[in-house]
Amino acid sequence: MTFEWDLVLTVARRELHDTVRARLLWIYAGAFGVLASALTLSGLAGNRLSGTGGYGRTAASLVALAQTMVPLMGLTLGALTLAGARERGALRFVLAHPVSRTEVLVGTFLGLAGGLFGAVAAGFGVAGLIGAVSGAPGSPMSLLALTGLAALLAVSMVAVGMAIGAGSVRSSSALGFSVLAWLLLVFAGDLGIMGTALATRMPVSALLFSVIANPVEAFRIAAVPTFGSSLDILGPAGSYAIDTLGPASGWLAAVVLVVWIVGPGWVGLRRFRRCDA
Amino acid sequence: MIVTRGLTKRYGDFVALDSVDLRVSTGESVALWGPNGAGKTTVVRCILGLSSYDGQIEVAGMDAACQPKRVRSLIGHVPQELAFYNDQTVIEAADFSARLKRVDTDTLEATLELVGVTSHAYKPIGSLSGGLKQRLAIGLALLGNPPILLLDEPTSNLDAGSRESVVSLLHDLKSPERSMVLTSHHIEEIGLLADRVIVFETGRVVLECGPHELSERMGLRSWLHVRISAGTLDEAALALSARGIRAWPNRQGVLVEVPSQRKGDALRAFDDAGYPVVDFEVWR
Repeated sequence: MTFEWDLVLTVARRELHDTVRARLLWIYAGAFGVLASALTLSGLAGNRLSGTGGYGRTAASLVALAQTMVPLMGLTLGALTLAGARERGALRFVLAHPVSRTEVLVGTFLGLAGGLFGAVAAGFGVAGLIGAVSGAPGSPMSLLALTGLAALLAVSMVAVGMAIGAGSVRSSSALGFSVLAWLLLVFAGDLGIMGTALATRMPVSALLFSVIANPVEAFRIAAVPTFGSSLDILGPAGSYAIDTLGPASGWLAAVVLVVWIVGPGWVGLRRFRRCDA
Repeated sequence: MIVTRGLTKRYGDFVALDSVDLRVSTGESVALWGPNGAGKTTVVRCILGLSSYDGQIEVAGMDAACQPKRVRSLIGHVPQELAFYNDQTVIEAADFSARLKRVDTDTLEATLELVGVTSHAYKPIGSLSGGLKQRLAIGLALLGNPPILLLDEPTSNLDAGSRESVVSLLHDLKSPERSMVLTSHHIEEIGLLADRVIVFETGRVVLECGPHELSERMGLRSWLHVRISAGTLDEAALALSARGIRAWPNRQGVLVEVPSQRKGDALRAFDDAGYPVVDFEVWR
């Protein structure tokens, strides 16, 4: 069976169009933009009070915001897009055309990822604009790199969300599982690794592997060096990463994010091809 | 044009289709008839590749499981209801469908004209009436002039006026080059649109017959609500019962149960018994 890119792009355009009109995306984008702006302003105010210059504090806050909000945005939107379309019957309508399920899934993924990328970029863009107008120190390149990594995180979370939604019959169950995945990746994963490391006296190399295998932590490891800070701030796993991997740790973390796009994408495709529309 | 052999669909332990063998020839219009859950829609979904199945489906000589895209390129599908976002305009929907079918978008206007929705081209689908939405669905199915139309209860959500207009449009679309498979509950539209009826019950084919034999072969019965002079309802009901016709008075008239193909007998019986019919409605 042939894979036709023009059909993929047709589906992607349709999905992007629908994503941009989706109320949930606007709520997420608005909240992300407001919080990013507030963090930038508070970081600038803090710098003035303490007399310190530097962009590190603001950037660290933005990393913390992105690693919490971006996975929530990607997972829920990814899970809801296919499950919601199936529930409404829209998926049946599209799949009744001469288009393969692979083309529909890839097109949907590209359209949704594009919409989410726009939302994340807009949030960081507003924060960057406020920083620039207020005369904040720091290189625009570091904000751009941070935006790129956040977009990579967003896309990987869309892939995970779509893998959840690909086999879900109801959007409510897809939403429930996506929120569970968010809790596991953002909170429980971190706490679980800490608890396991203490209880099992986990070697630091295994600790690093456990940390970097989590896409949210991988984003943090890749993002910290972009604003000139050392991975030391991430604790023993960060120190070990510097000692063993050096500057490659950031690249390795970025590769992990790409793996988190391809892996769940493959799982999602298998589920989507097996499930009735 | 369409052949199924041993078509079987299971949902866990539930058998939705049980070894169904069908054959639809080129230019033939076949109705799938049966109660809810009989398996009619499942047949349509299997042909379109929307549901997995056991058995074999061949469309124009191609195995639907091996060449699903090519098979779908030969089919125009009309769903029960257009499942679009309501803010999408008619022309946007048509453009999307045309691109997926690789149909020249220059033909959109002619197709919208054919189904009578040209004047609504830039309106959101959500603002259209049920009848117009279904006309649009038929238009989208016709893009590319496919040799097969699969119509899944195309009038089930329409009022009587819209139903009549959609049935009339579908009747005009019948041609010797186009096969139609239609699922329906409405015996009147089957009579107008189908050349042959296949009756489903609990996932099995139980009968194949001509559309005008269906009522008799299935023993279908209709309910007529007959309005006569107000003071004579009880007497009229008794008089009809004495003639072997089941009848009950209600507040506004007399309710009569008759074989679906012999409604006229009941009306004649009222006249013969001396109770002239003022008006009547078919309730089922």
